[in-house]
Amino acid sequence: MSFAAEEITEELPPPGRSALGQLLRDPMGMTGAILVITFIILAIFAPLLAPYDPIHIDVRHKFQPPNLAHWAGTDQLGRDMLSRLIWGARVALGISMTATGIAGVLGLLLGLVAGFGPRWLDAVLVLFFDSFSSLPMIMFALAVITVLGPGIPTLILVIVLVSVPGYGRLIRAQTLALKGADYIQAERTIGASSARIILRHLLPNVVGPLVILLSMDIPVVIMLEAGLSYLNLGVGPPTPSWGNILYDGYTSLRSAPYMVIAAGIPLVLCTLGFTFLGEGLRDALDPKLKLRAAR
Amino acid sequence: MLGYAIKRIALALLILVVVMLGMFAMVFVIPGDPASIALGPRATPELKALLIQRMGLDQPLLSQIWHFFRAAATGDLGIDVWSKRPVLDVILEVFPQTLLLGVVSLGWAVVLGIALGCLAVIWRDTFIDRLLGVLSVSMISVPSFVIALYSLLIFAVWLGWLPAIGAGQKGDWASQARALILPSFAIGVTWIGYIARLVRASMLEVMGANHIRTARAFGLPETVVVLKYALRIAIVPTIAIVAIGAGSILSSAVFVETVFSRPGIGTLITGAVEKRNYPVVMGTVLFMTAFYLVVVTAADLLIARLDPRVRDVLRG
Amino acid sequence: MSALLEVDDLSVAYRAEGGDVAALRGVSLTAQAGEVIGIVGESGCGKSTLAAALIALLDANADVTAGEVRLNGRDILSLHEDARRKLRGRDIAMIFQDPMTAFSPVLTMGDQIIDFQQHTGLSRAARRERARQMLLKVGIADADLCLRRYPHELSGGMRQRAAVAAALMANPALLVADEPTTALDVTMEAQIIHLLRSLRTEINGAIVIVTHHLGVIGELCDRVYVMYAGQVVEEAPVDDLYHAPRHPYTRALIACDPGAIATRQGVLPTIPGRPPDLAAPPPGCSFAPRCPQADATCRSTAPPRVRVSDRQAALCHKVVP
Repeated sequence: MSFAAEEITEELPPPGRSALGQLLRDPMGMTGAILVITFIILAIFAPLLAPYDPIHIDVRHKFQPPNLAHWAGTDQLGRDMLSRLIWGARVALGISMTATGIAGVLGLLLGLVAGFGPRWLDAVLVLFFDSFSSLPMIMFALAVITVLGPGIPTLILVIVLVSVPGYGRLIRAQTLALKGADYIQAERTIGASSARIILRHLLPNVVGPLVILLSMDIPVVIMLEAGLSYLNLGVGPPTPSWGNILYDGYTSLRSAPYMVIAAGIPLVLCTLGFTFLGEGLRDALDPKLKLRAAR
Repeated sequence: MLGYAIKRIALALLILVVVMLGMFAMVFVIPGDPASIALGPRATPELKALLIQRMGLDQPLLSQIWHFFRAAATGDLGIDVWSKRPVLDVILEVFPQTLLLGVVSLGWAVVLGIALGCLAVIWRDTFIDRLLGVLSVSMISVPSFVIALYSLLIFAVWLGWLPAIGAGQKGDWASQARALILPSFAIGVTWIGYIARLVRASMLEVMGANHIRTARAFGLPETVVVLKYALRIAIVPTIAIVAIGAGSILSSAVFVETVFSRPGIGTLITGAVEKRNYPVVMGTVLFMTAFYLVVVTAADLLIARLDPRVRDVLRG
Repeated sequence: MSALLEVDDLSVAYRAEGGDVAALRGVSLTAQAGEVIGIVGESGCGKSTLAAALIALLDANADVTAGEVRLNGRDILSLHEDARRKLRGRDIAMIFQDPMTAFSPVLTMGDQIIDFQQHTGLSRAARRERARQMLLKVGIADADLCLRRYPHELSGGMRQRAAVAAALMANPALLVADEPTTALDVTMEAQIIHLLRSLRTEINGAIVIVTHHLGVIGELCDRVYVMYAGQVVEEAPVDDLYHAPRHPYTRALIACDPGAIATRQGVLPTIPGRPPDLAAPPPGCSFAPRCPQADATCRSTAPPRVRVSDRQAALCHKVVP
């Protein structure tokens, strides 16, 4: 029964088109891709797609349940919920993608420094990575917000600080594994520079896992942004964020339950979309990562 | 094993020291003095001077750090600026509520997660398995406070079956239990998904083992093979790894406690952040970090004891 | 007359990325009640897949592409999984290769051997007593202690004796032993072979022994099937096979048996080359690339099955009746 295993030599799927094809053939990955693209379109074209000004106050028409003029109703100040939710996509995606992007680049740099730099620097960075990832994320976020005060820049800083260690560790591990590989040793003996090794061999190898990790972190970051905004510790009014809209809905839960219902839907669909896409990407790009989902 | 334990505990202590230094740095690196930030627009020179003195901010930096460490080591986390009670007392008063909430959430997440994971293994590669897979991923990716809000709306506001706020009357077990149902559901859902996936993955690994083939070759029913022969082995790493998730349970608890207005670490710290109540925020962060490190270190040691393969992975 | 076990032109393929792998290609064999047959071949020749097919426990990624396995005239591979499960442990029993991993490490031997008799419908106490009796019969003196122990607390030989006992308790029509002695050291191997030989009369059905070890075949079997690259290349009674092997592969196998040659030469003879890739089997004879006698016909045309006597046949162009 081990027969089949003996005969099949292990092969990695060639990257690029076939990985994309595999992603599109997987219904879950496909659903995720559609959802994510929809939200990206909503975020980019929010000014064109939103039927009303999201911060225009019209108290005469406050607390209107969903109707033909306001598909998702209006809030306690008479603002159009649908418009606020569409602009909320821009806030959610803008913050999460900016922050994970910065964190990805920083993680890449720190990971390379740890992997290629002197030993003492590696030890310091590893301790830094370990300490940061040992903090309960929410406690750390709240501590930073206390000191700096809530707001979008603080939020981005918090997200960057909590995400960098994970990426740094990944890149460092990959770097160390690669440094030990025979063909890299061979390159070194014929005088290849570190820069050449990084550009030619390391980057192509680490981009895949890094992209997977980034895409799987985006829903977590969106949840964190919404959660902190819900607590009034993230994006403050009048800027629309799914989190602070949910909070507005919570304060009028009995009189206007449609607010919480409407604000929850895009948040859930968006996190689902990114998670499905991340799962699909992981399966398509790197079957070996499957077991890592545990952590 | 002993060497590994000592190394692991030393690392946890070192991390705690780094965290404390980091928090100190944060307070002093930022522009402006923390006292005026804490007091905000209400700041009068007298109040400020009083606060600075109470927080020990008039001392030289090094002596502040020294005092802070020495006090923290003896369990003294400072004085709550507003209520003037020791921070540790304030924390210990609400901590059991959060601990209870976390344990109950995880408890039924473990039960349901294992059940779903086993179902997926029994019906592996069928429609049910794929459905459970999508369901697990969905449960992982839905924010707990959205589940909290929706369940609050449905079960407390519309149906009126369960209390909407609070932790139940003191001394009344039934009301406390009823107040736990919705919050623990909201926190647990994510973990059902996680555990179901974990159990499925480690079960499938175990299912490839020779002794499973023996059990099948003797015609044992598949349910007996899965529940008696595979689960016993698959569950050990699963349960141990769940302990590492204590940090994420805590995150959910912060949000969910706020939604249900339950007393706990979450409501304590969010209230303190809003009021810029430094000693309480820092004390709580430190306390919870220490608690988290204890749980994670204990879990690591447990895993290492139970399964040498997992120990190698953790080291690497 | 229909035999107890008939494997008729059985083909099994494993689904794999980059094409299916043909593990069995038209295998036929028969076994009568009371007969012991051996299946011998190198690793990767498909004998383990054949063993799995005989107990109707093929892997999920294996497809039966042609043929049948009939036990008492009934095709066991086309049965519903539930019906196949009911056959296992009652009509069919198996002794596995590695006694170290064949038992669950977290349950006691007694717990497992009692579970394995679940089809009897007896009470647990009665099953335990049966187990005790059978353990005594296979030569475990302190049967009660053995039942209370976990597998790792027993020696390899003890575990394999317990495995034999568990299989015998099913009183099966077909007993399949997959490399029953391979994981044991030489003394243990001799003891287990001795045990199996002495128990032959206890078993009313047929015994199939799958091994790469010709010595085991010689000690235990009445007839032998030699497998190569998913096909039966020669079948013969044991004595005929040893004294008048007809297929070049069989001859090479006998020449390489360390038991037969170690005393005569300093160097172990080997068969040059390696078995063909079963994802794309060669058009002619599978053994042709390694065969000293192969010619152009061998490489291009599939060989015929040549009957040399009523009980011996070989799959080879070069064999003449």
